[in-house]
Amino acid sequence: MKKIEAIIKPFKLDEVKKALNDIHIEGMTVTEVKGFGRQKGHTELYRGAEYVVDFLPKVKIEVVTTEEMAGKVVEAITGAARTGKIGDGKIFVSSIEETVRIRTGEKGKEAL
Amino acid sequence: MFKKIITALMLTAYLFMPAIVAADDAVAPAATEQAAPAPALKPDPSGANTGGAADVVGASAGAPTADDMKNLGPKEPLALKLADVIGHNRIAINIVWTLVCGFLVMFMQAGFALAETGFTRAKNAGHTMAMNFMIYGIGMLGYWICGFALQMGGVGGVASLGGATQLNGEFAISLFGKDFGLFGTKGFFLSGVSYDAVIFALFLFQMVFMDTTATIPTGSMAERWTFKSFVIYGFFISMFTYPLYANWVWGGGWLSQLGKNFSLGHGTLDFAGSSVVHMTGGVAALAGAMILGPRLGKYGSDGKPHAIPGHHIPMALTGCFILAFGWFGFNAGSSLAGGDFRIGVVAVNTMLASAAGAIASMFYMWKVYEKPDISMIANGFLAGLVAITAPCAFVNSVSAVIIGAIAGLILCVSVFFVERTLKIDDPVGAISVHGVNGAWGLLSLGLFADGTYGDGLNGVTGTVKGLFYGDASQFIAQITGVITNFVFVFVVMYVFFTVLDKIVPLRVSAEMEIDGLDQHEVAVSAYPDFTIHKTP
Repeated sequence: MKKIEAIIKPFKLDEVKKALNDIHIEGMTVTEVKGFGRQKGHTELYRGAEYVVDFLPKVKIEVVTTEEMAGKVVEAITGAARTGKIGDGKIFVSSIEETVRIRTGEKGKEAL
Repeated sequence: MFKKIITALMLTAYLFMPAIVAADDAVAPAATEQAAPAPALKPDPSGANTGGAADVVGASAGAPTADDMKNLGPKEPLALKLADVIGHNRIAINIVWTLVCGFLVMFMQAGFALAETGFTRAKNAGHTMAMNFMIYGIGMLGYWICGFALQMGGVGGVASLGGATQLNGEFAISLFGKDFGLFGTKGFFLSGVSYDAVIFALFLFQMVFMDTTATIPTGSMAERWTFKSFVIYGFFISMFTYPLYANWVWGGGWLSQLGKNFSLGHGTLDFAGSSVVHMTGGVAALAGAMILGPRLGKYGSDGKPHAIPGHHIPMALTGCFILAFGWFGFNAGSSLAGGDFRIGVVAVNTMLASAAGAIASMFYMWKVYEKPDISMIANGFLAGLVAITAPCAFVNSVSAVIIGAIAGLILCVSVFFVERTLKIDDPVGAISVHGVNGAWGLLSLGLFADGTYGDGLNGVTGTVKGLFYGDASQFIAQITGVITNFVFVFVVMYVFFTVLDKIVPLRVSAEMEIDGLDQHEVAVSAYPDFTIHKTP
């Protein structure tokens, strides 16, 4: 099993969700995060004083799926989340040791 | 510890009372208005004996004179009886007006609370609201104990309200052959001769003005002030600082008599309190903020100010609208007479100045900082209101717009001066809105008063004119007021805060300040459901 962690621009969330639904991924966890990469922050103004906002709001999507599906998930996310401008985000793929469905106790692929 | 201080203060007031009552006859009353020829000095707690035939005398241009009443009255018994009802109704209109306007001004406490809390951070929202909430009651009680008496104890009566003549004890000293009224000596605890329907109405109206002053420093001192020392401050400003200057301008004291005694216009005039209320509050805010010091993280090591954005702009701006609404009671109510038709002019001048202030600030911020910063515009809106508060009854609408516009510009310049040059941290701009523009308001009366109103004020015949309409002496009376207010309030409050700091530290610890004051100081979190930023 693989976990796909994607950090994307917040306004892309709906598109990414739809793209994942289209390939029959029906579960995901979404967190509001902030961060920066090579896209720097920006300055904001308040009562004549400028202040630097280093961290930009982003959304993190986590999906756990089978090894076979992992590639398709990455493609779907990339296609939906890309704008071509800096700050589009990154995707990380890692291995998952175990998965458990809390309600039934199922483990492994059945729990996905 | 501070329980002991409060007990001591109350004991002092109690001890004071018999001495004051005994000193009644010895003190020369400095009555500023002709008291209505009604059964004076006898309190009327039920109000049943207030307002009668005597109150129709001189009530309008065609009203009967005292001689008419004496000579024609007995020949027209029905008319005499009707005169009694008419007099009652005239006073009724004025008392109702005064009370309702007082209720509007009370609502401004909510306006201040929302404006200050919105312009400061979420982690301190409970504490900021708590100060604004409690100042209402603390100020009220302090004022009831002795503030009202010190301010109005010698005012000598309020003709439009049909009474209050029992307030005839003004303590004065003699200088240059004239009486300099310093403070009143009747009305402590609203008891004895001051348990009177008219005096109670007057108390309510005056009290809500005092509370406006008292709540202003909570803005400049927000986000790092200990609640304990704030409580002591609340009693002090309502019991002593506010009432003394207020006595000098509104209670028949020496500033109001500069016209009668030294031919300076009509004496220092302040219709609704640019100086009595706002400048006092703003100068106290300045002294407090200086001693408290800036919030952690406000200034970098290079002295450059950092932005600390407010957490709820909609709340802050709603608060400003509530203030503008209450200000109709503040300014128009200061006529103390619903039957004084200048109140329409007062209300419109008030509105116009607020709009001009907001628009002037808007253009300033747009030009200088490329964006119309709405928090500064809101400050400019209030600055216009503060500035028009003194001259509102004496100027025409064009002057009102000019005064408001200048206030909006002064506000912007002042905020940056206080923040960048003086390096005083004022989270909401209280010093600039109320202190600086309070002074401008008092001065502007001495410039723009156009002679269409104010005949007889402070015992001086003729209407009120400013420098631009031919009377330079009025302007001098206004300058005297500004200087007196600044020196008196700043020295008293600076000394008070310095001494208080040694007994009950004014400032919270650095850890508490970073964590947020809510839990530590007032045992609640404003937003327990949210994860709040704890950065300085």
